[in-house]
Order: sequence, then structure tokens, then C-alpha cells
Amino acid sequence: MTVAVETARLRKTFGALVAVDALDLTIRRGEVFGLLGPNGSGKTTTIRMLCGLLEPTSGSATVAGFDVAREPEKIRERIGYMSQRFGLYDDLTVLENLRFYATVYGLHGADRATRLAAHMGEMGLAVRATQLAGTLSGGWKQRLSLACATAHRPAILFLDEPTAGVDPAARRAFWDSIYVLAGSGTTILVTTHYMDEAERCQRLAFLSRGHLIGLGTPAEIPAQFGQATIEAVFVELQRRDEGAAA
Amino acid sequence: MSLVERVRRSRVWPMLWKEFIQMKRDRLTLALIVGIPALQLVLFGYAVQTDVRHQPTIVLDESRTSESRALVSTVGNSGTFDVVGHVHSRAEVRSLIEDGTAKAALVIPPGFMSDIKRGHTAEAQMIVNAADPQSAAAAMSGAQLAAGARTQALLGAAGRNRVVPLDLRVRPWYNPAQRSAVFIVPGVIGILLTLTMTLITSTAIVRERERGTLEQLIVTPIDKTSLMLGKTIPFIVVGYAQMTTALFFGKVIFDLPIRGSILLLYVAAIAFILASLGVGLLISTLVRTQAQAMQLSFFFMLPNILLSGYVFPREAMPEPAQWVGLALPLTYFLKVLRRVLLMGVGVEHIWREGVTLAVIANALLFVSIKRFSKTID
Repeated sequence: MTVAVETARLRKTFGALVAVDALDLTIRRGEVFGLLGPNGSGKTTTIRMLCGLLEPTSGSATVAGFDVAREPEKIRERIGYMSQRFGLYDDLTVLENLRFYATVYGLHGADRATRLAAHMGEMGLAVRATQLAGTLSGGWKQRLSLACATAHRPAILFLDEPTAGVDPAARRAFWDSIYVLAGSGTTILVTTHYMDEAERCQRLAFLSRGHLIGLGTPAEIPAQFGQATIEAVFVELQRRDEGAAA
Repeated sequence: MSLVERVRRSRVWPMLWKEFIQMKRDRLTLALIVGIPALQLVLFGYAVQTDVRHQPTIVLDESRTSESRALVSTVGNSGTFDVVGHVHSRAEVRSLIEDGTAKAALVIPPGFMSDIKRGHTAEAQMIVNAADPQSAAAAMSGAQLAAGARTQALLGAAGRNRVVPLDLRVRPWYNPAQRSAVFIVPGVIGILLTLTMTLITSTAIVRERERGTLEQLIVTPIDKTSLMLGKTIPFIVVGYAQMTTALFFGKVIFDLPIRGSILLLYVAAIAFILASLGVGLLISTLVRTQAQAMQLSFFFMLPNILLSGYVFPREAMPEPAQWVGLALPLTYFLKVLRRVLLMGVGVEHIWREGVTLAVIANALLFVSIKRFSKTID
């Protein structure tokens, strides 16, 4: 299997609002794939459909070879998901959060103990093991959230604006972890607003008002839009969106 | 996979583990859960105890004799009644009780003394405002005691006597059903359990939704039955803790009789607790925020207070109100509580209620789990 995620004419509407429309996307296995676009362009809705949090209105999508509408539970065992809300239990410690998610993902007994010990080491969380998650700073929460989403070694990792509101040093450390995961074969789909993060992806897809309007490597994208940088593309898109809205 | 292995690997375990840790860390809620029944019962106890003593009483003495004055003074010295004034007509009696000046009235008819002298039974009336069931019950027993004391005195004075010289008839006005305090206390226990169970369950899942952890749980392979049961089962422990506290304080403050088997009561309670949790779960599938969950839970309390038989007798209600009552778990549990605690009956007299509660519990849990959707639409 060389394809990790594939969508065909994927569409999602909320009442009269069309959030995602006619989306055709193929993400290869092992790829670090960036999903870019202004607020409201459909990035989060797309990720949520792929993770089974939202049902597509029409069209289809497969994740890890399984259809999102027909076999969501098979998909859930094989993916990790992290959102900007982090999804941590504030009143559990770092270790308890990790242990809870690892067990829910089916890790048990000695397996779980060795895996968690190793994972906490890799993620640099061992020093905070007994601290309550609610008392962690944003950067540490982000790191713990990523650890919770990856303890079960998912084949595909979905990251929805994972670095929103985190300082530059923490963002850099976060991306180092992403590359370690990608190096071990994990496919990563990430949405972001940061241009430096976009540059770190192998391929990018640009969404605008629910439509795919650009696809390519960070080097190819600016040329497609007749701009010098990705940031310039982004600003141009935002301007167009606002023009359309006005 | 063997059954044992399947149970061991069930995803309800991590949920339970997490819930108990969270519960242990939430000291305030924990204190409230145990403290509320204690507090409620103590407050309730004060209300009862201030009401039962020194009830303002008026006297209509149409006999105006030494015997009638002796009865008035016995009643006035009983501690239950304080004579606050004399009136001259039945109309005055009614108006003073209706405007709340008096809670009771002692009415002694004109022939009172001559009846005693002729060896007949002399009749007098103790009118009690029974709209407030607790004070009515105390008033009635107070009247009996006073009459008993006076009867003893008369019998002692007259030597051998063929007839009972005095009959003080209690006339409970406004509430002929004559509820007593012991009748209300089991009801308080049932109401408390209903409120807490519904409230904490309905807010529990919604809280995860508000904090963003539900979204995270939904993308995991946890099945919705494990998710719902894992969130619910810990509250069974809470329910039992609360019931135990309430029974303890009921016993200490009110001398609540526990005539039947406490084990039987605890076994029957599981069906009621599950049914109440089911109501909470159902509410949680209907709302999006904790505030909405609370509003709906309190709204659910209204029919419970009014129609379950907690205060007002169900037999006296119009039929549609009785039907609504039949849909409330509390209606059945109140019967169980009162029969086991007050009447001391065995399982043969409460199994129907137990089975009905189990059926309601199953239906509610089934519908709630069915309704819960592992999406965030």
C-alpha cells in the first residue's frame, strides 16, 4: 500500500454552508503533507471527516485502506489525532493521561509499561511524569498531546493546527519530533498557519473556501500562483476570499 | 478471543480507571455528594422540630366550666400547643386558621362538663391544619397525649368508671391523608438520589464535550457502550454512598424506623440508581452544554416532586397525572423505600416495583447508548 489517504469528490455541508467541496486528494505513505488555507477554508472539516468525527455529505474517502463511512472503527485503530484543543485531562497527571490513551488504544500489561517508559523518554516527558496536565505550560501540553496521540504507533497521524499558541522554541522541538515520526514511516497530515512550518512539509495542498486550488512541493506552489513565496500566496488568497465575501 | 480475555481487554476499564482518579481529585464535588444529604436532612430536621413544638392554638370554649378549663390547661402545657387566644365562634376558628394565625384550634362544646358529670363520654375537637403534613402529624400525637393525660386524671378522681370520660377527636383539616414525618423522610432520600444521579450523569459527558476531550475520545477505537458505561458506573458508588448517608442521618435525626431488611433495600436500590443514571445519560444525549444539562435535570425534578407520591398522595390525583407518575422511577422506588423501611415487608411485596425499575433502567440505558453518536455533528 503506497497510498495512506485518498479522497474522491469529498463534500461536506452544514445547512447552506459548503465547508468542503469536490475534494480530490492523495497522500502517499510516509509523507509529511501540509494542508494550508485561510480560516474557514475547510482544513479542519477535512481532517475531521478523515478521522471519522464528521460524516461526509457526499463523495468518499479512504484512510489506511478503509472507507471512512463504512469502517470508521478500523480507521480509528490505525490513526492518531491531535487538535489545537489538545484533548488532555487537566486533573490527570502526564503519566495518567498517557496511560489512559494507551489503554484505550489497546495496549496492556507489560507491553504498555515498556512502551510508555520508552515513549516518555523519546518525547522528553519523563521529568514531568507526575505533574498534573492542567498545570503544564502550552508547550508541554502540546508535547504531551502529541505523545498521547502516538503511543500506539499509528500509521497515520492527523495534526490540526498543533502549534497554535505555542512559542517558537516549542514549535521547533515539536517539528523535530514530527520528523522522527516521519522517519519511522508514519504518514503525517498537518494543518498550519505558519509559513515556516509549511516549508517543512514535503507536499502542500492549498484550500480556499472549501476547494482545492493548489497542490505541490513548497518550491512549486509559489510559481503556480505567480508569487515569490508561500506567504505571498497565502496573503493573496486571503485577499481574494475577503473580496468575495464583501 | 476467550470471554475472559475479551472482558480484560474491554475499553470500559481505562474509562473506569480514569473516572475514579478524576473523582478522587475532585474533592469539592465529593464533599458535596456526601454533604448534601446530611445538610438537607439536618435542615429538614430543624424545620420539622420547630414546627412540631409550640404550635399557636386558639380555643373555642363553649362550655366555660372547670372541666373545660382543665382540658385547655392540659393541652396548653403539653408543649406541642401554645394557647394564643380565645374565640367565640366557629367562623373565627376557620378564619384564624386560614390566615395562619393559628395552626390548631381546641373546640369544646357546651355540654362538655355535664357529659362528664353524668358518666357519659365528653367529646371535644382538636382541629389541626394538616396542610403541612409534618406539623399535623406532631399535632395529632400531641393531642392524643394531652387527652390521655386528662383522661387519667379524671379516671383517678372518679375511681371506677364504666366509660372513657373524655374523647378528644382530632380533625385534620386540608389534608385528610394525615402524612407523618416518617412518611416524608424516605421521600427525601428518593428525591435526593434522583437529583444527584440525574445531575452528575447528565453533566459528565457534556463536560468532556466542552473541554474538548470527547472529540479526542471519539477518534480512539473506544466503543460507545464502554464510553457511556465507563462514565456511568462510578456514579453507582456515589449513589450508594449518598443513600447510606441519608439513611444514617434519617435514623439519627428523625429516628427513622428501619423495620425491613436493609440488604433488600440496597439490592432494590441498584435498579433505581441505574434508572436515574439512565435519565441523566439520556439528557446528556439531548444537550450540548453543561448549563443546558442542569436546566433539563432540574426540570425533570418537577414531576418527581409533584407526581411521584413524594408529598401528595397519588390516589388523589386526576388520572393523567397518575399516568405521568407511572413513568417516573421515583414513584416505584418510593413504594420500595416506604414499604421496606416503615412497613418492614419482604421481597414478595416489592418485587414488582424492582422489576419495573429494572425494565425502565434497561430501556433508558439502551436508548441513550443508541442515541449517542460517535461524531461531533
